[in-house]
Amino acid sequence: MIDTLLLALYALIGAVMAIAGIESLRDRTNPARFGTGLFWLFLAVIFAFGTLIPYAVVGGMIVLIGVLALFKQIRLGTLPLVDPKRALAGAQRLGGWVFAPSVVLAAVSIAIAQFTSLGGQVGIGIGALVSLLMAIALTKAPVKLVYTDTQRMVRSVGAAGILPQLLATLGAVFTAAGVGELTAKVIAGVFPAGSHLGGVILYCVAMALFTAIMGNAFAAFAVITAAVGIPFVVAQGGNPAIVAAIGMTAGYCGTLLTPMAANFNTLPVALLEMDDPMGVIKQQAPIAGLMLLVQIALMYFLAF
Amino acid sequence: MEYLKLIGILIIVIGFALKWDTTAVVVIAAVATALCSGMSIPELLTTLGQSFVTNRPVSLFFLTLPMIGLVESHGLKEVAVNAIQKLKKLTPSRILNLYLGIRELGGIFGISLSGQVQFVRPLITPMVTAAAEAKRALSPKDIDLIKGRAAAVDNFGNFFAQNLFVASGGVLLIAQTMDQLKHPVTPTEVVLNSIPVAVVTLVIVVVYNSWFDRRFNAKEDRA
Repeated sequence: MIDTLLLALYALIGAVMAIAGIESLRDRTNPARFGTGLFWLFLAVIFAFGTLIPYAVVGGMIVLIGVLALFKQIRLGTLPLVDPKRALAGAQRLGGWVFAPSVVLAAVSIAIAQFTSLGGQVGIGIGALVSLLMAIALTKAPVKLVYTDTQRMVRSVGAAGILPQLLATLGAVFTAAGVGELTAKVIAGVFPAGSHLGGVILYCVAMALFTAIMGNAFAAFAVITAAVGIPFVVAQGGNPAIVAAIGMTAGYCGTLLTPMAANFNTLPVALLEMDDPMGVIKQQAPIAGLMLLVQIALMYFLAF
Repeated sequence: MEYLKLIGILIIVIGFALKWDTTAVVVIAAVATALCSGMSIPELLTTLGQSFVTNRPVSLFFLTLPMIGLVESHGLKEVAVNAIQKLKKLTPSRILNLYLGIRELGGIFGISLSGQVQFVRPLITPMVTAAAEAKRALSPKDIDLIKGRAAAVDNFGNFFAQNLFVASGGVLLIAQTMDQLKHPVTPTEVVLNSIPVAVVTLVIVVVYNSWFDRRFNAKEDRA
């Protein structure tokens, strides 16, 4: 039952991505419209028919997506703009109700996860559908507008939207290759496993440090959790849910400290026309340091 | 050479640090790791394809995009801006703290606005500057500090509350990664265990912002 529902939800994602693919292909202002269109259509096929086609073919498509990205053939292009008049009219007519679909999405997702046997993933899917129907009813939007807003949103998310799934895939490849055990062995030579507090400090600091170097906490999470979090904290008896949740936010302390996280720390400097290029990071540094200590303490006391 | 398998980690670290295309870096790292651990090309493609298909749950948030697009084109940002603009005659810290609260609340419901572009630049920075100016004249350095603080508050609220939403990319990635590593956790468990950090952030940043006010009061006393 759950699997059937999930397959239906993946097919819907496939449809949404196909829409983005078709509209990317039609966008003549985009010099890379064929590459971008192909990127979305590959994903559409993988989501809609993932288990029906041989895995090696899917793997080939992933490699091709990597090649397209390498040659800068996946680009945003020109997205349809939000009509300011409609936005203003909608704001006046709906007021606070404009937030209602978002609240319904969160409430329905959690309710299905908690009170039915369908699980969290199906919950998100059903929540998304119910909230979309509610948004259509509230805004009285015609189908064409729903289509336009869908392709605008999906294309604006772009290749960054698929990054979490690609990183999870990388994590799976690491596991298949035994990377975690090897790094654990290497680190254990320098830093013996066994101490709860030592393991927690090692994991949290490594998350923050690698995130600062790479500028991306998601990428650090996939790598550092396999290499440090599991062998040094979870395998020592730490509760996996607590360790993982706090491990990710410990990584965000690294994001707050690094010019590598350009979207968050460099973009505002340009946007706000600031004199000090490190001005945002300087305001964040005390909180980042304090939050790292807090999270080490929280993980140590809550996980064991 | 067993250690060759670690090449994937090296590629990720160097590739991200040098700002190569992120999608390409991750795919190359996966391919290199698989090859260096002794897989043949067909094995590699099968592993890659199977892992990607298994990890489809991470991308479930794509299903929420049509709804978000629709409310966005019908005034989501405008309603939020109206609400914030009603808060006139406030101190710098109150404006910053209210914005932090709004940002964390948005996190719970998965409303991730591009805060720096849509709020910090057009709304929060001018309001905080005006509130501080009402206390005393500002130097260019003061104004730069205000800009930095406003941008920082947006990041605090955004980062430490985004995992409160069950369908966020981060939560789904955590759940799926832990599953791959044979220590399964559900998205709901991740959300519940992200609450303490979100609450502590709120408290610490509120205190931090209150100190920021003193900067403008203290100098007034001295003048």
